[in-house]
Amino acid sequence: MSSATGIGASVKRREDVRFLTGTATYTDDLNLPGQVYGVFLRSPHPRAALGEIDVSKALKADGVLAVFTGQDTAADGLGDLPCGWLVKSKDGSDMVSAPHPPLAVTQVNYVGEPYGLVVAETLAAARAGAELVVTDFTELPPVMDLATAADAAPIHEGLANNLAYDWALGDAAATDAALAKADHVTKLSLTNNRLIPNAMEPRAALGKFDPASGNYELHTTSQNPHLERLVLSAFVQIAPEHKLKIIAPDVGGGFGSKIFVYAEETAVIWAAAKLGRPIKWTADRSESFLADAHGRDHVTSAELGLDERGRFTALRVRTTANLGAYLSLFSSAVPTYLYGTLLAGQYKTPNIHVETKGVYTNTSSVDAYRGAGRPEATFVVERLVETAARELGWDPAELRRLNMIQPEDFPYETPVALVYDTGNYQASLERALELADYAGFAKRREAAAVEGKLRGLGFSCYIEACGLAPSQLAIQLGAGVGLYESGEVRVNPTGSVTVFTGSHSHGQGHETTFAQVVSDKLGVPFDDVEVVHGDTGRVEFGLGTYGSRSLAVGGSALIRASEKIIAKGRRIAAHRMQTEVENVAFEDGAFISGNQRMTLQEAAFASYVPADYPPDLEPGLSEKAFYDPQNFTYPAGAHIAEVEIDKETGVVRLVKFVAVDDFGAVVNPMIVDGQVHGGVAQGAGQALLEHGIYDGDGQLVTGSYMDYCMPRADDLPDFVVDTTVTPCTHNPLGAKGCGEAGAIGSPAAIINAVTDALGVQDIAMPATSEQVWRCLKEAEASEGC
Amino acid sequence: MEQSGEYRILTKREDVWASLNDPEVLAKCIDGCQSMQRREDGSFLAAVKARVGPIRATFKANLRLVDLNPPASYVIHADVNGGAVGFAKGSAKVFLEEDGAATLLRYEISARVGGKLAQLGARLVDGAARKMAADFFAAFRLEFASPASAGGLSH
Repeated sequence: MSSATGIGASVKRREDVRFLTGTATYTDDLNLPGQVYGVFLRSPHPRAALGEIDVSKALKADGVLAVFTGQDTAADGLGDLPCGWLVKSKDGSDMVSAPHPPLAVTQVNYVGEPYGLVVAETLAAARAGAELVVTDFTELPPVMDLATAADAAPIHEGLANNLAYDWALGDAAATDAALAKADHVTKLSLTNNRLIPNAMEPRAALGKFDPASGNYELHTTSQNPHLERLVLSAFVQIAPEHKLKIIAPDVGGGFGSKIFVYAEETAVIWAAAKLGRPIKWTADRSESFLADAHGRDHVTSAELGLDERGRFTALRVRTTANLGAYLSLFSSAVPTYLYGTLLAGQYKTPNIHVETKGVYTNTSSVDAYRGAGRPEATFVVERLVETAARELGWDPAELRRLNMIQPEDFPYETPVALVYDTGNYQASLERALELADYAGFAKRREAAAVEGKLRGLGFSCYIEACGLAPSQLAIQLGAGVGLYESGEVRVNPTGSVTVFTGSHSHGQGHETTFAQVVSDKLGVPFDDVEVVHGDTGRVEFGLGTYGSRSLAVGGSALIRASEKIIAKGRRIAAHRMQTEVENVAFEDGAFISGNQRMTLQEAAFASYVPADYPPDLEPGLSEKAFYDPQNFTYPAGAHIAEVEIDKETGVVRLVKFVAVDDFGAVVNPMIVDGQVHGGVAQGAGQALLEHGIYDGDGQLVTGSYMDYCMPRADDLPDFVVDTTVTPCTHNPLGAKGCGEAGAIGSPAAIINAVTDALGVQDIAMPATSEQVWRCLKEAEASEGC
Repeated sequence: MEQSGEYRILTKREDVWASLNDPEVLAKCIDGCQSMQRREDGSFLAAVKARVGPIRATFKANLRLVDLNPPASYVIHADVNGGAVGFAKGSAKVFLEEDGAATLLRYEISARVGGKLAQLGARLVDGAARKMAADFFAAFRLEFASPASAGGLSH
């Protein structure tokens, strides 16, 4: 059905009405009878032995009800927070996973690590109570330097060193040999700066225990409530799954940081049962900076070999990835399977070898953040390609064209374990060149020079593996769970439709997009379709929202469930029409045989009031499906950034940004544009502004908006966004996913533009005005920086 | 954080030395000082209400005086605990030189901060510390400005 609300239509987001009118319900908006408040005790030290925690004064303070510590949770048998992806080192050994108790018991390992929970009648009383707790810390030397952390004295007692794993992928010998034979080798040492996610809504939890039923109910800011329930049941052992309900109501952004199961909600739901009162905790912004899982934080050396005709012959990458003090839920997979596997990029590089050392440091955990591994991979590949083009005097676009995988090469098996199903990379590049007015750049550069400005242009032709993930493959690679998605389509007796999805929406617009998909498939009015998500009590199962998977995997599950509805409806219609099922067609919401017609709504009513009904058919019209993808999806595209630099101040102005992406089939172009805009803004933040910094003593010195610079509207140009389409070959929607692309492609494009403007080989992210100014001054002094 | 400063105080070195070791004088001169006790081992315990940028708290300081070389120099080791707002640790080398009838006081501070102080106030700590030092010495000089107070200090 093509209509104003069907697949392909830019339907306005129905959820925005409540988001924009202040009527949404976030966790902190909820209040329960008898509710009390929790405040966490957090370590001010990056590493210290925990001695006596004197809670006597706090317990005497007005309103304070209890102080729980790690000793209490440990004594109660609460399990550790697990890492859900087992990565093996290249010698075949399992990764070394440090125990991660929800509240620290004997040692704290990063600034902000929770080691206790003060509960009081009011938030103010809980805060005041926390002030009265006297904790005896014995400071221990922290491990802060990423490059040397692996071999430094171990942070965790009982471990030999700080190396969680030493992982590798690809053919080392062939890559070494090809590099040795290469006519030209481009080398770069790159840093991928640490980022702090900063979702608009901070994390929060409201835990309740009902002694009458023995049921636990946790409202929390989660991107995947079913996974949260699984972890809290099976690993932490709060309560079995049938006694534990997790609800993620409206959630104000996640970007990955709300995928993970954290200490705070774990402690809150546990303590609520101990105390017999509902407990609410909402992070303040300082806590978010300290204790949300951070993103990126790699140091990498990389080499790209080329032959005399400019063809890429080999790529060797050595990365050290900061994992923080503990392995967060998916952290181990991010700098390995979501990174190394993407290093082929869009190119036919025949030999690739990557090694990643995942190391512990005394910092907050590092885990998936919008793009998760793929922005880091794109940065390595696209910085190398652009640099190689400059070193060899090639037009960067032409060098890319020469090496790109062409439409006739698909399916294309890369040397790093993936099979790309489809794509047309050059089509995106050509469209981007046109939109960027590449031909006119030289003139713009000259005009800028007249004004005393340095203008530069940079490319990034990225690829990502999305639609996570084919379960069998993921489990072979170490995933602890399947990565399918569930969907349920319930046609109510009077014909309206309630859709249940395991894919939570926290800004992506599922309530609109998924309604479009089901409305289109079933031919029912868009306004008659309601989408339910985020409640383990209502939705059967789900694996959540991350990895640009919701539409490709969750949407496909809804297509499958809708197909089952249609199949059952045809049987009902065939019975009523006194014909065979084979003779009944389904078009535009109605079953048709000859001149007989029965709407889906009529079939639904017949199924719930089965007066004249097939005797061998169950009543009701509700169907479920679990969709497990056969392959990843491979969104790809071309980003072109143009910057202008003020020589006097070093200020970099992003003057133009073109993104041409291939997301396969698009359900709602407006939402897709919005996702690209948000992603590019975050990528620009990484490239130019954002940097999470711990000082040498282990203190987070970018712990507020005074020191951590988020991109704002006036930092960004009006993005030029377009799409090219090669539909995904293996899911029923042909969709590839669009949530992360903006953040994946843009940092490399912007840094390529900045280095082009400055005429330097490299500049570290973020290219702040201070850094650029210093670079310019150095260049003045030494003619090159 | 590294910081140093120099103040000229219009009184003789022995008096300056005595006042620097007098908890009553110190309490009077430190803005926001709620208590200052000298303990038997010679260390000081102080409670000071102070503000660093957005952070306001009562800091408990344990000050140990070492390398005493009266009346010329000593070193103060400070362990300052702000509870939920974090901590500061550091030392100050203090030198007193005779300058005619007056005394030249020089100090060199080396300190680090942690917890919320570092998270929110790292780049404000330096300014806050300078201001505290300036306020302290302004008040400390006043102690010697009038004969009455100078007399009070000579015990």
